[in-house]
Amino acid sequence: MAETTATPEVTVKEKEPLFGKAEKKLLLDPLGDTNPITIQVLGICSALAVTSLVYPSVVMAIAVVFVCGFSSLFTSLVRNKIPKQVRMIVQLVIIATLVTIVELTLKRFNYPIYKQLSVYIGLIITNCIVMGRLEAYAMANRPWRAFVDGLGNGVGYGVILIIVAVIREIFGKGTLFAGSPIQINIIGASNNEVGYLINTAAESGIGSLFAGYTNNNLMVLPAAAMFIIGVLIWIQRSYRPTLVDVS
Amino acid sequence: MELFNIFIKAAFIENLVLAYFLGMCSYLAVSKTVTTAFGLGLAVIFVLGITMPINWLISELLLSENGIFGMDLTFLRFILFIAVIASMVQLVEMIVEKVSPALYTSLGIFLPLITVNCAILGGSLFMVAREYSFTESIAFGLGGGFGWFLAIIAIAAIREKIRYSNVPPALRGLGMAFILTGLMGIAFMSLMGIDPAALTAGK
Repeated sequence: MAETTATPEVTVKEKEPLFGKAEKKLLLDPLGDTNPITIQVLGICSALAVTSLVYPSVVMAIAVVFVCGFSSLFTSLVRNKIPKQVRMIVQLVIIATLVTIVELTLKRFNYPIYKQLSVYIGLIITNCIVMGRLEAYAMANRPWRAFVDGLGNGVGYGVILIIVAVIREIFGKGTLFAGSPIQINIIGASNNEVGYLINTAAESGIGSLFAGYTNNNLMVLPAAAMFIIGVLIWIQRSYRPTLVDVS
Repeated sequence: MELFNIFIKAAFIENLVLAYFLGMCSYLAVSKTVTTAFGLGLAVIFVLGITMPINWLISELLLSENGIFGMDLTFLRFILFIAVIASMVQLVEMIVEKVSPALYTSLGIFLPLITVNCAILGGSLFMVAREYSFTESIAFGLGGGFGWFLAIIAIAAIREKIRYSNVPPALRGLGMAFILTGLMGIAFMSLMGIDPAALTAGK
């Protein structure tokens, strides 16, 4: 399969660099103007529920980047062999295989996170970004570009995921990366066991300004993720009026 | 009565959209008018109600250690589940095209997208994780579908009305839909403490 798709690449466009302007655009556009979550509204499904902590969100983001990139690559490699009527099934099988690899890897190397993400790892299969990119881009483009496009969209999705998770964890729990080896305690009342960067129990200094601070329980609720993404969309569209919905 | 409890729990207390945020993509994209939302909601109830027992049979009879093959094949679960869902959606698509061409055109791309509606696959995965029995899985599927249906009708109705409100331009449409869903999620949380089993036991 690889030979058939590789030959036109060599003969038709010989001088094209491996990582030129087009590739850069493919990689960077999804971070802003064509962001999968805030602009295309794809792939919100499986993600919102995992964003209450940063660490699982990072794992989730990496998993999606992996699945998104490689499913685009493989779909693009076999794109000329797939009959049009069964293309969705073929795409789903490719995605499901990759997700199974991710699931088994996580189960082996990081069981606590595997437990925490539970069904949401499996739900990467139905993450609309992956499917959407396969339909919209990988089915019509050469493997390398499709791979870069997949990576770009995966990263665009991961960035939003992590932004939401950082906001939710700091305000909801006062920590960052809780549960991981590099946990940082940001704000809270220190005691003998845990110390916080901003110690609200302190007599003087910055901490004393925050005396009586309590964690915001709204941020722990899944609904907070909806509010934060709503506000992110609001901010982004205020800066880019061209993106505003007419309806 | 047990089955009814599962139905109520899946539809209201553990609503797939508002408590787990599954099926968000089509929920946000197809909720501009009540009529299309109604059609899609019915299709989702149907697909969930059918795929859930089929997937139950697959995971019990084929994939478990006590099944036909006598070995643990759970690593095939994702692929088989999604294949069942995809074929069921194909079936629904053909039925809708035959019965109501108008609905078919208005649903457009979102009918095949039910395949990648996380609520469907998520429902099947929850069913496995919670170890439901066969009849319970049917109740869970129908309840979950009904909950999804209610949620999409509600947001579509709100979005139809909110068109006449003075929302900041940058927040119009999508941004507002997100915030509304958040508020609806909080409203549904008030149902969370209710235990249907305790209610029926009290009578």
